Amino acid sequence: MEIKDIIKPENLIYTKTKNMTDKPLSYCPGCGHGTAHNITMEVVEEMGITEDTIGVAPVGCSVLAYEFMNIDMTQAAHGRAPAVATGIKRVYPDKFVFTYQGDGDLAAIGGNETLHACNRGENIVIIFVNNGIYGMTGGQMAPTTLDGMKTSTSPYGREIETMGAPLKMTELIAQLPGVYYVTRQAVHTPQAVRKAKKAIRKAFEVQRDKKGLAFVEIVSNCNSGWKMEPVKANEWMVEHMFPYFPIGDIKVNGKLK
Amino acid sequence: MAKVRGAIVVDTEKCKGCSVCIPTCPTDVIQLAKDVNRKGYHFLYMENPEECIACKNCAIVCPDGVISVYRVKV
Amino acid sequence: MADIKLMKGNEAIAEAAIRAGCDAYFGYPITPQSEVIEYLMMERPEDRTGMVVLQAESEIAAINMVYGAAGAGKKAMTSSSSPGISLKQEGISYIAGSELPAVIVNVVRGGPGLGTIQPSQADYFQTTKGGGHGDYRMYVLAPASVQEMVDFVDDAFEIAFKYRNPVMILSDGIIGQMMEKVELPPQKPRLSDKEIEELYGDWATIGKRKDRERNIITSLDLDPYKQEAHNHKLQEKYRLMQENELRYEMIDCDDADYIIVAYGSSARISQKAMNLAREKGYKVGIFRLITLFPFPTKPLNELAGRVKGFLAVEMSSGQMIEDVKLAIEGKAKAEHFGRYGGVVHSPEEVLEALENQIIKG
Repeated sequence: MEIKDIIKPENLIYTKTKNMTDKPLSYCPGCGHGTAHNITMEVVEEMGITEDTIGVAPVGCSVLAYEFMNIDMTQAAHGRAPAVATGIKRVYPDKFVFTYQGDGDLAAIGGNETLHACNRGENIVIIFVNNGIYGMTGGQMAPTTLDGMKTSTSPYGREIETMGAPLKMTELIAQLPGVYYVTRQAVHTPQAVRKAKKAIRKAFEVQRDKKGLAFVEIVSNCNSGWKMEPVKANEWMVEHMFPYFPIGDIKVNGKLK
Repeated sequence: MAKVRGAIVVDTEKCKGCSVCIPTCPTDVIQLAKDVNRKGYHFLYMENPEECIACKNCAIVCPDGVISVYRVKV
Repeated sequence: MADIKLMKGNEAIAEAAIRAGCDAYFGYPITPQSEVIEYLMMERPEDRTGMVVLQAESEIAAINMVYGAAGAGKKAMTSSSSPGISLKQEGISYIAGSELPAVIVNVVRGGPGLGTIQPSQADYFQTTKGGGHGDYRMYVLAPASVQEMVDFVDDAFEIAFKYRNPVMILSDGIIGQMMEKVELPPQKPRLSDKEIEELYGDWATIGKRKDRERNIITSLDLDPYKQEAHNHKLQEKYRLMQENELRYEMIDCDDADYIIVAYGSSARISQKAMNLAREKGYKVGIFRLITLFPFPTKPLNELAGRVKGFLAVEMSSGQMIEDVKLAIEGKAKAEHFGRYGGVVHSPEEVLEALENQIIKG
């Protein structure tokens, strides 16, 4: 069997979703953002809600998400995506609204917006990519930067005494009654990607069923920020990030696990 | 069980040679090419095309969505 | 039969929002304007028109909720007072940069800092010179009565959507807190989602239709040449506003030798001062600004050709006076008078200032 006999349209079983544009992604090689974008857009396509979904991406590496996500998108000020999403969802209660935020955005400057959108139980999906660093601005310390982790603003390693401990925003908001589904996933292996996609699908179904806020954290690498090759960064992530940010469901059907 | 043969097509201009897909291939089909694309990235190619079983692992984990997968029952 | 009520300014503007077909109001408590959201919560407009009312966790969140709803083609509004408006500046710059229609009400109080809860007009610079970053302008309406607090809401939404730009209603603690007889307009129906799609479907984020490209609301462009072109587009918008949307009122200026230039509460106080002056034989007129941007440069310049002097009366250390001086190009004397920090000047004080600084000065 020749390869060219296999590569025929009728034999195609997987390709990039139409809900992603053809624009080359601006993310660094091997960055989890791209994968997270893909599975989110695949979910929107598979649920047949492309015409009713509005994405909100704030400042951060994913500020250019509207270049890649082929749906109606709103760019939000740094930290304000949950408020922007609230504004959209409240005037269009039957549309699907999601935010796609980084750790600096969601847990630092936008901490209050995140807390209150969750506490109000806004019927939105929050996708939170946690790579323990500010990527877009060149690798500064973020709220989720690990103890001892070197960044451009913690060059000798994060010191808990002066810079506080890494912030578990996901566990924090999971305590709020308005939050119905909370999970932490990853996208560094095919198995992890499959699970993360199921989680995002579940989150959008929570929104569809108006059960409250659905929150999906995706622990991801930041190769340029961590100054590691992608595959090594993923190994480092498993070894260092996962123990502090354990993967798995945290709250399901409104109940803490 | 009917044998399955697979093959992938890589958008070589968009591949960034990040290698995240390489360790996920159960039959060691894929490697980075010696050549580079316009952006200077070594792009992915099928080094052992006959071994591909169209499991889609590489395509699913690819951050840039550059891999299309084909499968045919033999 | 006209719908006439005795209403407090803050409550009147809330009722006017409902009647203007507003889709969403996002607010936050701050004296002297908390009655706006209190009234809306009490009135429950979602039962009357489907209008959404939500108290946000901060003024920052509120302006960003407005940004979201406006980006989806809806009539969105927020209100606050000076310190809260300062918090909204980044959001307002985003709304201007993304070319979104929005109405923001500032019931000004004395500053700076926490300041006081008494009235003031010291936010003029912030309002007209752009309190946020970048080259942008808000269209600014300055009500001088509870009736104008009502009338200007629909006017503001019309301008906001005509130009896809933020519009500010710059009131103050006096007008917000005082009660006056007011005639309320009939209910304007809210636009249906279908109508919004027809009217604004080419830019609003309402869900990407199969037959069109995705809509993107953003103020970002990493290509400076595109951003420069975008800026020129915004400036052209402001030029058109200057040309077509200028509003002011001239009271007894035809025979006047001296002109008081004022807006909002100061214009009301100055009318009494004018009467007192006329009783003393001084021919005084009032030039009342209704829009602060666009500023009435031409009309003031023309007046300057035939009057002896201008007194800019504003409850601030003198901000609008700068624009008055720019407008009249030195053709006549122009000075500022105003109690400020939260103190309200009396008509007698205005007359005294007019006499000492302009007539005899």
